[in-house]
Amino acid sequence: MSDMTMSCDAILTRRDTVGMITLRGNLGGTKFKSAVKAAVGVVVPKTNRVAFEGDRGACWMSPDEVLLVLPRDDVPEALATIGAALEGQHHLAVDVSDARHVFALDGPDAREVLAKLSPADLAPNAFGPGDIRRTRLGQVAAGLWMAEDDVVTIVCFRSFGDYLDALLRTSIEAGPVGFH
Amino acid sequence: MLTLHCPYCGIDADETELAPGGEAHLRRFGPGSSDDDFESYLFARENPKGVHFERWRHAYGCGKWFHAARCTATLEVFGTYPAQTTEPPQDIRDAISAKRPGWTWRTFA
Ligand SMILES: [Zn+2]
Repeated sequence: MSDMTMSCDAILTRRDTVGMITLRGNLGGTKFKSAVKAAVGVVVPKTNRVAFEGDRGACWMSPDEVLLVLPRDDVPEALATIGAALEGQHHLAVDVSDARHVFALDGPDAREVLAKLSPADLAPNAFGPGDIRRTRLGQVAAGLWMAEDDVVTIVCFRSFGDYLDALLRTSIEAGPVGFH
Repeated sequence: MLTLHCPYCGIDADETELAPGGEAHLRRFGPGSSDDDFESYLFARENPKGVHFERWRHAYGCGKWFHAARCTATLEVFGTYPAQTTEPPQDIRDAISAKRPGWTWRTFA
């Protein structure tokens, strides 16, 4: 049966070298902005947006939270930088690299693969380059962002990593619906 | 199926991306209150057919709690608003009045 089915044109890879810092605080604050700039070299992204310079960047997670993304080896130094920049100011900065699992989904059918698993609107006018959408994939929470068209990064809790890996591969193998 | 607009991140979230938090605008009666007040705070809930106010959390999204005003009979949503308020804002009340003239809910109208 499976040879009869055309699978989705998208490649799924696990990315184990990605480092992540959860940073909570006053996103509009001057010190907060300079802490993000100093740690990952970008401005604090607007609501539901991401900002990236190469492999370093920041993702808007909630009105008081951003997820900083950077090479894993650079996390300790970035935490020290943030601690110094936000000295005396209420904030929380935690290395969550080991708490999360990161996937890259790359290809023209990336939207098809994800839209079958999520209630989110993933049409190009609702989810495009620079956008992040926190949603549900199958039965687990996940964050999706698109660095460029058809290249999606997916983050989930590490304990859900194997489940999501299998879920995404099943969605790829089952082929496109043809909606997007 | 319910779609609620999260007032914090602006996403129109599907019901399955949300966690229900029960009735909105409860007034807490704690230590020192009368037994009757404490009992009704714990157990007495509205169960209307029609206009209702609820708490919801954008659990699979930005994580924030918010309020929703909707009709339990038709699932029509009159509006959503932030959690940092003890009563429905006027624009929400006006939106309900436009659709359900003469509505009341607990002490609100
Ligand atoms: Zn939200």
